[in-house]
Amino acid sequence: MKTGMRLDLFLFTISILWAPALSDLVLSKVERRIDLTSQIVRITSTIKVENTGSDVVSEVLLAFPDNQANHLAYLAAALNEGKGKVKASASSFQVEVVHPKDMPSSLTFYSVSLPKGLGKGESLTLDIFAVYTHTLQPFPEKIAQSEIQLVLFQESAHFLSPYAVKVQSLSIKLPDARIESYTRTENTKIHGSEIKYGPYENLAPLSYSPIVVHFESNQPFAVAQELVREIEISHWGNVQVTEHYNLVHDGAQSKGEFSRLDYQARPYARGASAFRRLVAKLPPRVHSVYYRDEIGNISTSNLWGGSKKTELEIEPRYPMFGGWRTAFTIGYSLPLRDFLFVLDGKRFLNFSFGCPINEVVIDTLIVRRVLEIFLLLFHFLLKQWQEIKFSHLDVVGRPVVVVEKNNVVPEHNQHFQVYYNFSSLSMLTEPLMLISGFFFLFVACIVYMHADLSISKSSASYLAKLQWEEVQATIQRVQNIINRCLTIHDKLEASLRDLSRTGDVQACKAARKSADSLLKEMSKELKPLVVFLQSSPQAAQILPKVEELVARERELQERLMLKHSTVVDCYEKKSVGREIENRVASHQQKITAIRQEVDDLLEFIEEI
Amino acid sequence: MVGKVEPVNGNVKSGSNQSTPAATQAATLKSDLLNSLSLKSLKLKTKQQELLIRVSILCLVYVLAFMTRLFSVLRYESMIHEFDPYFNYRTTLFLTQKGFYEFWNWFDYESWYPLGRIVGGTLYPGLMVTAAIIYWVLRFLRFAVHIREVCVLTAPFFASNTTLVAYFFGKEIWDSGAGLVAAALIAICPGYISRSVAGSYDNEGVAIFALLLTFYLFVKAVNTGSLAWALASAFGYFYMVSAWGGYVFIINLIPLYVLVLLITGRYSMRLYVAYNCMYVVGMLLAMQIRFVGFQHVQSGEHMAAMGVFFLMQVFYFLDWVKHLLSDTKLFQAFLRITVTCAVGVGAIALGVGTASGYISPWTGRFYSLLDPTYAKDHIPIIASVSEHQPTAWSSFMFDFHILLFLFPAGLYFCFKRLTDATIFIVMYGLTSMYFAGVMVRLILVATPAVCLISAIAVSATIKNLTLLVRAKNKAVSSGSSRGTSSAKGSSKGLIDHSQPFQRNGAIVLLLGAFYLLSKYATHCTWVTSEAYSSPSIVLSARGAHGNRIIFDDYREAYFWLRQNTPPDAKVMSWWDYGYQITAMGNRTVIVDNNTWNNTHIATVGRAMSSYEDEAFEIMRSLDVDYVLVVFGGVTGYSSDDINKFLWMVRIGGGVFPVIKEPDYLVNGEYRVDKGAAPKMLNCLMYKLSYYRFGELTTEYGKPPGYDRARGVEIGNKDIKLEYLEEAFTTSNWIVRIYKVKPPNNRW
Repeated sequence: MKTGMRLDLFLFTISILWAPALSDLVLSKVERRIDLTSQIVRITSTIKVENTGSDVVSEVLLAFPDNQANHLAYLAAALNEGKGKVKASASSFQVEVVHPKDMPSSLTFYSVSLPKGLGKGESLTLDIFAVYTHTLQPFPEKIAQSEIQLVLFQESAHFLSPYAVKVQSLSIKLPDARIESYTRTENTKIHGSEIKYGPYENLAPLSYSPIVVHFESNQPFAVAQELVREIEISHWGNVQVTEHYNLVHDGAQSKGEFSRLDYQARPYARGASAFRRLVAKLPPRVHSVYYRDEIGNISTSNLWGGSKKTELEIEPRYPMFGGWRTAFTIGYSLPLRDFLFVLDGKRFLNFSFGCPINEVVIDTLIVRRVLEIFLLLFHFLLKQWQEIKFSHLDVVGRPVVVVEKNNVVPEHNQHFQVYYNFSSLSMLTEPLMLISGFFFLFVACIVYMHADLSISKSSASYLAKLQWEEVQATIQRVQNIINRCLTIHDKLEASLRDLSRTGDVQACKAARKSADSLLKEMSKELKPLVVFLQSSPQAAQILPKVEELVARERELQERLMLKHSTVVDCYEKKSVGREIENRVASHQQKITAIRQEVDDLLEFIEEI
Repeated sequence: MVGKVEPVNGNVKSGSNQSTPAATQAATLKSDLLNSLSLKSLKLKTKQQELLIRVSILCLVYVLAFMTRLFSVLRYESMIHEFDPYFNYRTTLFLTQKGFYEFWNWFDYESWYPLGRIVGGTLYPGLMVTAAIIYWVLRFLRFAVHIREVCVLTAPFFASNTTLVAYFFGKEIWDSGAGLVAAALIAICPGYISRSVAGSYDNEGVAIFALLLTFYLFVKAVNTGSLAWALASAFGYFYMVSAWGGYVFIINLIPLYVLVLLITGRYSMRLYVAYNCMYVVGMLLAMQIRFVGFQHVQSGEHMAAMGVFFLMQVFYFLDWVKHLLSDTKLFQAFLRITVTCAVGVGAIALGVGTASGYISPWTGRFYSLLDPTYAKDHIPIIASVSEHQPTAWSSFMFDFHILLFLFPAGLYFCFKRLTDATIFIVMYGLTSMYFAGVMVRLILVATPAVCLISAIAVSATIKNLTLLVRAKNKAVSSGSSRGTSSAKGSSKGLIDHSQPFQRNGAIVLLLGAFYLLSKYATHCTWVTSEAYSSPSIVLSARGAHGNRIIFDDYREAYFWLRQNTPPDAKVMSWWDYGYQITAMGNRTVIVDNNTWNNTHIATVGRAMSSYEDEAFEIMRSLDVDYVLVVFGGVTGYSSDDINKFLWMVRIGGGVFPVIKEPDYLVNGEYRVDKGAAPKMLNCLMYKLSYYRFGELTTEYGKPPGYDRARGVEIGNKDIKLEYLEEAFTTSNWIVRIYKVKPPNNRW
């Protein structure tokens, strides 16, 4: 309050000194509306500028005292077309900081440049939209759990401007709650939760009249001291957004006990200043949403989907009282096609900048995008640099564009574009890497299985091993031959069955002939193998079995041939079925027995 | 079908009688099954088929062991469980962030305030180093994993590896069939799962693998007499020492085993090589672990190993002398003299060492293993831990199920075929079963032995039964191939009179065995999902409509501490929550789960059981800023501080005789209602737990202040705090945090 008064006096003196210099412009009408319903202060000023001088004026200066300018988060100026609200369309003007000479240093000036210029006698209506953060000061600064939160707001009843103002008025909209006090000056009216100052007429440049409003505000004073948004693009069709919040309740500090009992029994009376949930508006078609912090998942959250937007309601682990902090991470995935577009062979990503949570002030916002960068377009000033990030299966890393901005409000939630080059083929690197990795693994396995890794090639055990392998291979071949013989035997049996069905003796004889020759070949093949086994010392153990197997097989052959010829004979003699059976029975029994033995021997040899 | 088979049955015998000797050699049941399925089309040799099946079964078991431990991740989330794992997680995080040397030299200011803790020298680093290596390898392979995920999945990963070791061990002591069964049994055995679900990032998860590996390698070394295997087992032992304090079991069981082999006359050069190499190299390696240090030569618990080592040398020396001396009489005399001398020197050395304090006596934990009543009388801090209680029969049944019955059967098979290896497994089984009976947590150590021995029983039984069944099947198949013409004639042939119902009986028994095994599988799955997959940080209950209600109060409180207290705040709580507070709350604690300083814990116990003003003095002297208590009266959560309170009194009273247990009891009964002892109603713990609880209605139809955990209305509803104030209470009142007020101005 005191500083305000001093500033006022100071300004008053200088206003007399410097007024003539800028007197070409006159603000013929100023209307200001201040919205104090949330922790973010939004001031909309409609000013009508008139050029009374002779030169064409191309810029309009806006003055802000330093204590406001430090908290100014967002400033936009637009041409007021009719009675509509501020439209951030083509009619918005560029606003930048200027340091005009001969002006008091405690003021910060922004100039609105008018592209067309303002000729003599012309007038123009501008809408100035300013957003401030951290301007509502809690008073008292510390409250107990059951107390309500009161805040102070300071402003000037007069529009602070380097130009003379003819008519002006100010209205302050407060939340629907009680008003502790407010400064009464001339022409002060109060309508419910709205306070009106003015109209005031014919004010000199830089006139200042401080006012203070002290009122109840239990809106969440959620301030993200740091928000890191990481937007990771996968060209396989996914945008992964991860947001790390460092949240604090920036209202009146809580003091004394926190009683869960009171809070549970009457949460709105005994915890009015606290907030327990936040709502984030996410883009539509969002999926895989998670909400967690350093120590794990937080289970208190809800998600409502819709075609226009998705709402995520999150509850911090505990109700947020004044001064309490929390930290958490939200992550979600979005389909790539909603955000990535191709223009002239270049891709660009169109994504919103700010934080999706309603009415949160962000002290430091860092946005990191993981992609190949080319160009970045932004409407406001911010720090920007590049990094490299390593993700899954990254060898060279992915380029990351980092932009940082302080003091962010929901008004900054504009879309920004990132233009970059990216070859679709490079999408295949990772799958190819995986494929080749597994390929080499299997190749290595195959090489290991087949390569001879023994150190000494002449040691006894190594030679023995080689010999043993040879013996095994030979036995394997013997087995194969025996098995083939057995299948031939089966064929013979089959031919006999055919005979009993059709009575075709000639076919049966032919079958036998071919079988005979085949079996002979087999036994020829078998001979060198058996000889080898006999010569090899390693095979000494198994040799008798093999020899027995061969012998048995031969016996089986003979028996079978005998049986075959008997049956064929019988058929040629046209004897009765029963007679054949009787004659064959003895053979049959022996064949079965031998066959069994051969099978067992085969099995035994296989086990080795 | 049966009708057709029956007549054939007779002639079949002729074949089967001859086939039996051959069939006994059959390697496994699986290969036979495949044969009967005649997969000849695959053109694989039987050997290869068997290998293929074995490998695929092992792979499936490997995957199964991993998957069955993921219930907790699916039910809850990928998080660290319980108490100790949080410390392990915190140290692993430190290791991966700061590197090994920083970790090794870490002095932790955040625990045991104001004493601090030399972390590098007071932990078994095996688990952390293992997880960190896995993490670094994955990072090197460009997998951007978080260290938490690695920690959560370390135990299931090692459980999977344990199944492989169990397979090889089973193969070594019996055959590959038993190995496969052992792998399958241990993969889902609840006794092991209880300590190795995803998230239970504790030493045991790795240690059981190391334990079984060491045993396997040692048995392999004894069987082969190979220096290489003995060396490998020494390294396995080193890993075990680095991972868990349970290595003492190895260093006592192996000498005992060697001694038994010596006594039973099974001494051999193989044993000499295996034991000496394993002991000497293992001991030297183990000394590299700071926490173990020179205990191998200085502690009473390790002396048995050393004694057996010297005994082996004497034995070898005697053997050599016997070889040189041909005269048996002379040798007898020599033997007597040397043995007496050796035993005498050993006894004197032990006596002198113990008397001079060079050899430290046995520790309390070791004593309490040998004498289950020891801890109850002398060390309340060990007795207070629920997992140190003697095991109830029900928990044996719960953790082993049918293995409990198969275990004696397996022992029978082992005794029937005594070899060096089976003697080992029998000894391992019997000793670990004894220890499992003494302490609940040691069921874990017994589990591999029980699984292996049961696997022998299962494998041997099933193999015998299938031999019977298979013999017929084969004959039947060969018989039917002969065609109908011969069937009639041969059916009149030989008829087997020996055991008419043998085959059917075998089939019935086989079905019974499969039924039991499938019961075991369902039991294990049920136990895993219902009992062993709860992280105990997050509690869950069923709501009135069958929906799941989650109580996340612990993390709520710890996160509140982390965010809303000064970074140097000191939190006093009972030691159970120490690790969690430092890991999740990131705040300094007075005592934690590493219960190395009994006096410090007793001081906290004393503060908790004193009146508020006395407690305030103690807390002032300990520089405490916040006090944390766990209270289940609202939710009916029974393992809260009020139920642990008697242990606080006992432990506090053990050091400070001011605290007397009878003061808190009424006629030896512990109560919190109106009839409670006056000291109980006014002690700090009671006040902090029930502060303003008297105004709360917890259950419909009950008076306010009705404690749902104990089912009574509390006795002191008008609690005023003078030196503390409520700082935070979680949404279900499970954790309550109080701030210690600064002392009043003197004027």
